[in-house]
Amino acid sequence: MDEIAPEYDVVVLGTGLTECVLSGVLSVKGNKVLHIDRNDHYGGEAASVNIEALFKKYGNVRPGEEPWKKYGRVNDWNIDLVPKLLMSNGELTNILVSTDVTRYLEFKQIAGSYVQQGKGPKATVAKVPSDAGEALRSSLMGLFEKRRAKKFLEWVGDFKEDDPASHQGLNIHACTMKEVYDKFGLEDNTRDFVGHSMALYPSDEYINQSGAAVETINRIRLYVNSMARYGKSPYIYPLYGLGELPQGFARLSAIYGGTYMLNTDVDEVLYENGKVSGIKATMKDRDDQSEAMKFETKTKKIIADPSYFPSKSKVTGYLLKAICILNHPIDKTDSSDSVQLIIPQSQVGRKHDIYIAMVSSAHNVCPKGYYIAIVSTIAENDANHHLELEPGFERLGKIEEKFMGPPIPLYEPIDNGEESNIFISKSYDATSHFETTTDDVRDMYRRATGEELKVEGLREDQQLATE
Amino acid sequence: MSESASANAPKPSSSVKLVLLGEAAVGKSSLVLRFVNNDFQENKEPTIGAAFLTQKCSLPTRTIKFEIWDTAGQERFASLAPMYYRNAQAALVVYDVTKPSSLTKAKHWVAELQRQASPGIVIALVGNKLDLTNDGGDVSEAAGAAQGESESVQNGDEGAGEEDEVQDAVSGDARKVSTREATGYAEEEGLLFFETSAKTGTNVVDVFTAIANAIPESSLKTGRGTGAGTGQTSLGNRSAEDSRVNLGDRNAATAKEGCAC
Repeated sequence: MDEIAPEYDVVVLGTGLTECVLSGVLSVKGNKVLHIDRNDHYGGEAASVNIEALFKKYGNVRPGEEPWKKYGRVNDWNIDLVPKLLMSNGELTNILVSTDVTRYLEFKQIAGSYVQQGKGPKATVAKVPSDAGEALRSSLMGLFEKRRAKKFLEWVGDFKEDDPASHQGLNIHACTMKEVYDKFGLEDNTRDFVGHSMALYPSDEYINQSGAAVETINRIRLYVNSMARYGKSPYIYPLYGLGELPQGFARLSAIYGGTYMLNTDVDEVLYENGKVSGIKATMKDRDDQSEAMKFETKTKKIIADPSYFPSKSKVTGYLLKAICILNHPIDKTDSSDSVQLIIPQSQVGRKHDIYIAMVSSAHNVCPKGYYIAIVSTIAENDANHHLELEPGFERLGKIEEKFMGPPIPLYEPIDNGEESNIFISKSYDATSHFETTTDDVRDMYRRATGEELKVEGLREDQQLATE
Repeated sequence: MSESASANAPKPSSSVKLVLLGEAAVGKSSLVLRFVNNDFQENKEPTIGAAFLTQKCSLPTRTIKFEIWDTAGQERFASLAPMYYRNAQAALVVYDVTKPSSLTKAKHWVAELQRQASPGIVIALVGNKLDLTNDGGDVSEAAGAAQGESESVQNGDEGAGEEDEVQDAVSGDARKVSTREATGYAEEEGLLFFETSAKTGTNVVDVFTAIANAIPESSLKTGRGTGAGTGQTSLGNRSAEDSRVNLGDRNAATAKEGCAC
């Protein structure tokens, strides 16, 4: 058996996307990285699994039955556990391109971005307008409202944070988004789709926050620019599922010398004067071929997902999620092979939006003729979680299989890690994209290294940079 | 894409993903560097010479462009990602003819490929370091370290083992795996089989040419992205083609091409 080095600069625990991006970047920057996962596969909570594994994970199996068999080859399925999409102009895309991890992956557009208005049988579904021209053609608004929305979107397009002349006389850094909407006289329904399906806020908290207007405008701009990049929707998605993303960054890390050990339990974290100094771990048997290997190594820092340090993490909320297998596209979405469909909270009397993310065989995640839709929202009560997701299920129509577990706790670290040199990531949150994940990557990088993460030119620079 | 089959089209060119497998320090990277040779110094990646190289192989009726994936050391603790095998149309499973345990490991990788990779993948079993045997001739140059070099940079601890083998080589025939044993196994499993020396170049190009010839025409038509056999992105599917996106335009510029065969 190969030797483990006596000391590493960083030990990374968990191979979720956040951890793998950090591992990759730190390796490129010349750190000696040991990357461990207790599971025998990459991805942790951000993995994609086959249909047999999904049935078993959710316990939708009676003894002696093999219900996955009617769904073709199990390995033709790559079902995401986390319902997220990439913004094509977003930060994750930027990191993928800057690190050349795009060489290992292929991406496709998500075919459409939709929003629901109204509820029940009277609900309508429409494409989210992405520019002033589309606003004029949208069925979401009446004639006069379309003009107001057009004006608003044109203003957002021309907005420059540093140029007061582009602020329409608003004190933009201090005002609320409500004041901005008022300024343009937008109706409530318009505010709803702008805030929830373009700025992608999962609740209405942003509206009355003083000083949140600039962020909202920037989020709308991200949506519009992402949309403009490839045309069909602002979202892209990796062929074979989101689980490819952590694997791609793990490969980057390995190419720059990172050592990978799956199927390995951390038995003990060692400390010296309150700071982490090393770990004791055991690489488990695989196929009973080799004996479990125990080892100890020193490290200056640990980066980990919250599951490795439950006592250093706290719960901030609960995500409800149901993975649904369909054999038809979603009604009223132009038979799109993939969509993001947002049901803004106020439309269905909730405080948090319901998201539907659907992909299909077009993305090599299932055999032809099937569609995988994940319905998700933040839990608002302890009673009937199925009922909370019901407006989403209504949109899906006939569902072949539904996989729904208990509410999923969302964790974040209780401290910034400075005292212990143990830096913990956040859970994948309820947002529909990876922008908050990359925020966490940046935040963790800053906390762990004391520097800002700059990915542009990372691979070209890394031999010169010795600052 | 159906035009590519028509008779008066120029010689069709297809990309083939080829993955390298085998125990550390058997010379996986050096086989590839020998095959692709012209780009060794230009590669800027510090820990390993070849993470992702391309090389064209010209056959009488078609051109095969190999995209060659290196394990980047992720095989050491059995932690290769499924992404590695994804859509691989060919695999080079390498062992060291002076190290019987490396053949055992190679058999493990063949089994893994048969389980995880696309059905129909072309697998070549390659016994490397022929130069360390009497068959390889040219033992006078002794060192033999050339083919272990890129590996030992990446797997520092393996370097020591390599040195020992070299010592044996100087004193004569270091072969410990007979050609007959390996051939027998390769025939049983339906693998291509070669003994090579990355150091001297013996048989290296032949391996890649044989693989190129063995790849069925039918699997080439579909190309990369459909190798899993589910055919989702199949030919006439218009929407499948036009929604694919190319994130990094510089990808094209980084591909290294040459012609070795």
